[in-house]
Amino acid sequence: MEDLFTETFLTALVAGGVLAAMPLLFAGLGEMVSEQAGVLNVGLEGMMLAGAYGAFVIAIETGSTWLGLAAGMAIGALVSLVMVLLCVRMKLDQIVIGIGIVLVAEGITSLLFDAKYAASRPRLPAAPEWAVPGFSEIPVLGESIFTQHPIVYIGVGLVIAVHYLLRRTSAGLSLRAAGEKPAALDAAGVNVDRTRTWATIGAGLGAGLGGAYLSVIAAGTFTPFMTQGQGFIAIVIAMLARGTAPWTIVGALLFGMSLSVATALQLVGIQISTDYVQMLPFIAVIVVLVLFARRSYLPSALALPYHRGER
Amino acid sequence: MEQRTDHPLVELRGITKAFPGVVANDRIDLDVYAGEVHALLGENGAGKSTLISILAGMYRPDAGEITIDGRAQEIGSPRAAIGLGIGTVYQHLTLVPTLSVLENLMLGIDARGGRLDLAKAHARFDELAEVLGVTFSPDATVGRLALGQRQQVEIMKALWRESRVLVLDEPTSMLTPQDYDDLRLYLERLKADGLAVILITHKLHEAIEMGDRVSILRSGRKVGSLEPGDVHGRSEDELRGTIVEMMFGDATPDVESAVEVSGAEASAGGRRSPVANGGPPALAVRDVELQGEPQEVGLRGVTLELPAGQVTGIAGVDGNGQRELAEVMAGQRRPDRGSVFLGDDDVTRLGVAERYQRGVRYVTDDRIGEGTVASFDVAMNAVLKRVGEPPFWKRGRVNRRAIERYAQELIEDYDVRPPDVNARIATLSGGNIQKLVLARELSLSPKVVVFNKPTYGLDVRTAEFVRDKITELADGGAAALLISTEIEELIALCDRIAVMSRGAITGVVDNDGGAEERVGELMVSR
Amino acid sequence: MRAHAGRAGEAIVAVLIPALLALIATGLLLVILGRDPIQFYSDMLERGLLEWPGFQESVIRMSPLLLIAAGLIIAFRAGLWNLGADGQFLLGAAFAAGLAPSFVGALGSTLTLVVVMAIATVVGALWTVVPAVLRAWYGVNEIITTLMMSFIGIAVANVLVKGPFRTDVGGVARTDTLPLDDRLPLLGDTQINAGIIIAVVAIVAVHLVMTRTSVGFRLRMLGENPRAADHAGLHTKRVIVLTFMASGGLIALGGAVEILGIWGSFRADFNPAFGLIVIPLVFLARLNAIASGFLVAAFAVIQIGGESAARKSDVSSDILLALVGLILLFMAVTEWVRARRSARPLYLSPGLAETIGASPAATDESRPAQPSVGTG
Repeated sequence: MEDLFTETFLTALVAGGVLAAMPLLFAGLGEMVSEQAGVLNVGLEGMMLAGAYGAFVIAIETGSTWLGLAAGMAIGALVSLVMVLLCVRMKLDQIVIGIGIVLVAEGITSLLFDAKYAASRPRLPAAPEWAVPGFSEIPVLGESIFTQHPIVYIGVGLVIAVHYLLRRTSAGLSLRAAGEKPAALDAAGVNVDRTRTWATIGAGLGAGLGGAYLSVIAAGTFTPFMTQGQGFIAIVIAMLARGTAPWTIVGALLFGMSLSVATALQLVGIQISTDYVQMLPFIAVIVVLVLFARRSYLPSALALPYHRGER
Repeated sequence: MEQRTDHPLVELRGITKAFPGVVANDRIDLDVYAGEVHALLGENGAGKSTLISILAGMYRPDAGEITIDGRAQEIGSPRAAIGLGIGTVYQHLTLVPTLSVLENLMLGIDARGGRLDLAKAHARFDELAEVLGVTFSPDATVGRLALGQRQQVEIMKALWRESRVLVLDEPTSMLTPQDYDDLRLYLERLKADGLAVILITHKLHEAIEMGDRVSILRSGRKVGSLEPGDVHGRSEDELRGTIVEMMFGDATPDVESAVEVSGAEASAGGRRSPVANGGPPALAVRDVELQGEPQEVGLRGVTLELPAGQVTGIAGVDGNGQRELAEVMAGQRRPDRGSVFLGDDDVTRLGVAERYQRGVRYVTDDRIGEGTVASFDVAMNAVLKRVGEPPFWKRGRVNRRAIERYAQELIEDYDVRPPDVNARIATLSGGNIQKLVLARELSLSPKVVVFNKPTYGLDVRTAEFVRDKITELADGGAAALLISTEIEELIALCDRIAVMSRGAITGVVDNDGGAEERVGELMVSR
Repeated sequence: MRAHAGRAGEAIVAVLIPALLALIATGLLLVILGRDPIQFYSDMLERGLLEWPGFQESVIRMSPLLLIAAGLIIAFRAGLWNLGADGQFLLGAAFAAGLAPSFVGALGSTLTLVVVMAIATVVGALWTVVPAVLRAWYGVNEIITTLMMSFIGIAVANVLVKGPFRTDVGGVARTDTLPLDDRLPLLGDTQINAGIIIAVVAIVAVHLVMTRTSVGFRLRMLGENPRAADHAGLHTKRVIVLTFMASGGLIALGGAVEILGIWGSFRADFNPAFGLIVIPLVFLARLNAIASGFLVAAFAVIQIGGESAARKSDVSSDILLALVGLILLFMAVTEWVRARRSARPLYLSPGLAETIGASPAATDESRPAQPSVGTG
């Protein structure tokens, strides 16, 4: 057991954890904003996948990591517009549409990848990392946390920005009211649908960026269905964060580490079947939900379309 | 002091608004002056709420003009209404319970969504807090405030942005008598400040007491109005007569049931009922305690007996545990402590179905959300609480014909329209749905029936019908519990009235002379 | 009578239009990729329906899909989102594949089949207990829990197949192969196994239970108005758990049938991922069991034919995922158009429109009780 806590293992665990956590963080953060406003994006998995593919294509074609990430965000936002049109504007059921989005995204990304890249199966070069001067010398944390692609640090910055948005701005106030009691927001003269539109696009941006990170930085390539349920884990992270942005970091790291622990264990010579390890994040979710069942706090108007006149 | 100028601040001319199946507003004219309270009086469904929603920018009128301060205006959205200085306080409170008072007040102010100016907000809060005599902190969570306090927040919100017109939609329906007096007080102060106030109510005495000018609506039309001179000049009795005349024209139904009438008249009533004989009460709850959901008050040590052949009333402001009590009696909820007895039998452990079979029935106040299943037809709704029972089901298989026959009987006895057992119940009007629910609960020898606000939202005729059924029920020997927010209704129907406050019964009053005052007293006492 | 025919006609149109639109949209996708949609679709029809071997395959494919549909309908009608079908399916398959070969010696073919199918059903039912209890007692959103259990279930199935159920024969990890004679018997001299009979019986049974029994009535009440169900004295928690278990059981049975009728063994990482795919079909059928039977049949043709057509046109067969997803989206939009006329969404029971914590307030009482269509 003592071998377990060697520097090698811990570094690998944390580094791998951060790598695995970033997609969850971006998607979870975006989804949290959306859920605060009352929109549940079951289709997040599809948005991530679309972002992953789009980012991959652009990164391959242009050779730029940053352009790839940007493209992923854009595509995620584009897919979220489907939610905006069908659920926020047309008031269709959010869960049904979400399932549809997942299916369509899975189908199309697999289709396109197969048509274009199946033969060549290109890989992207490793994304450049940036070492934070000074901090990157710290044992374990230095290599794992403070030596990462800059998008990671941007991610942390995003969390702070979202937190500020929700707590200290009028826009954030409107978002929170839209998810809790949209009738009150409407009476206050704010357009509920427009508020929810922006929130949903936020989720799309986050998911797209998360997927982009997955393909461009973490994996270096695209594989059909590569998100493997992470979109759904991100939804859980969003729910558990309960409207306080910094919690998404905790959630993302927790689940990220459970995803990466297999590789870390292998490094110290402990072989565990990937199947057991694959189960870990999902079991972690169930355990968390069981523990926090009573305290789960969700906005009262979540997943309920708003009709003016129904009070 | 000069209380009005020569022209009205707000003028409505020919306002018309129709919805599928009903004309809510039919060519209505209205003049609202600054420094005055203009009361809009009418019973449920008269069109008051629609009119106000138009002023508040929620709906656009199909026809008609709105003039504010001499200029014609189109009020296209709630935001536009607020911009024009119209602040509205709705009947169903529209505050976000999880946000703080200050956050609720700041909601929607900054159109660009930028940084919140907390300092300025605090300052404005302090200003308004003084006028309204507010005692809570701006950082208090709205969900934790009492109803009267929440209403104060609502009014602050309406006045937040330099409003000139304040619209109050049925402001007193949830208030204690103390809150009511407070309201009158700060309405006077607001008037003195030059505000124009529109007050919507279905309570005649309120319109007279608080209004300087009264307009009466009936079935979408304005059928009469009283100028300040008329209102201040005459006695309350005279006014009452005139107004009732205007509201009901030729057919003057029993004044009690038509519109809320204040004081003296109603209390000379109460039921005359057979003196309670010996033996256990039909239903009794003993020392019942219930934790309740987060937003509920729950029950704290409630003991109440329902004697057979009598109507027992529960008075009290809504939300003080009445619903929880009803559900405990019906078996819909298990108390944490205490017991429920049906005659001599302890039925605490029995659920709804078992109690139903033994004659305990519950007419819920939420006929659409809880009492019926909207997408099922009338026939299936009639047997909603008898799933699996013969003759409607034989060994698990449905016997459609028996169900339809039974439903047909109910429809005929209770005059449910349209009389079609196959109609989806959602297509029936509220009144007819209530009649069906009533028919269902009162059929097959009920012994104890709990009525939760059974006449709420019903038209006059149907409400009368329901009240008659309650009386009939008790005359027939069953026990009835009537939960109501209308004291007058309780006085008219009950033998005794219990008052509930914060999950406990603060007292029980026999319905003889002067009961209303004693009930009111109990409602106010802590 | 007239009204009935009118409504039936309307229903058929409501089913055909989204399907048609989805087919057109998918055709467009093919065009974008430079393939010929007409060729694709005619290949699909030919292989799936018109050729005898292909037709048989379509019927064979129907069995697991029908059982999954039956399981989903039960849950959805009760207002419960069972999104864990894949996990339930694979666990049923794993147990069937792992146990059958060992039982045959002692019990003989027929008894083995019955016993193993029963075990698979129980396993599937048990796999839903955790989400069911969390939902029934704590109101935990079952969308997430069933999804999580699904992923866990898939992994567990693999662990079993690579572990205790693994065959001694070397090579790729899989279970012992069940000899052909011990599998589900074939019908006549076709290739179609008896699984189709089981599946059809299940669908019809679900329909009858839903529409004609007190059990079905209670279930529908729960789905249409959970509050009214409480009010009427329904033992809600019990109904939720039992419904979930029935749902999981049927789906797991589908997995067993897949193994016992077709493959005879479970190879590691086997996962046809039928779980999500069937969802649009049952919704298109408006959760009517008989209707979904027909739609599943049509889809089986599309899937079998489509797999072959995809190969011929050199596209990934995952294009069918897009097709099915589009069906769901178009169906939702079609319903919206219909609902604008009758002011009520028709495909979704209100209980499914997950009211997490809140319930919609009653509308103005004095007006006819119709929900207002959003005015803006």
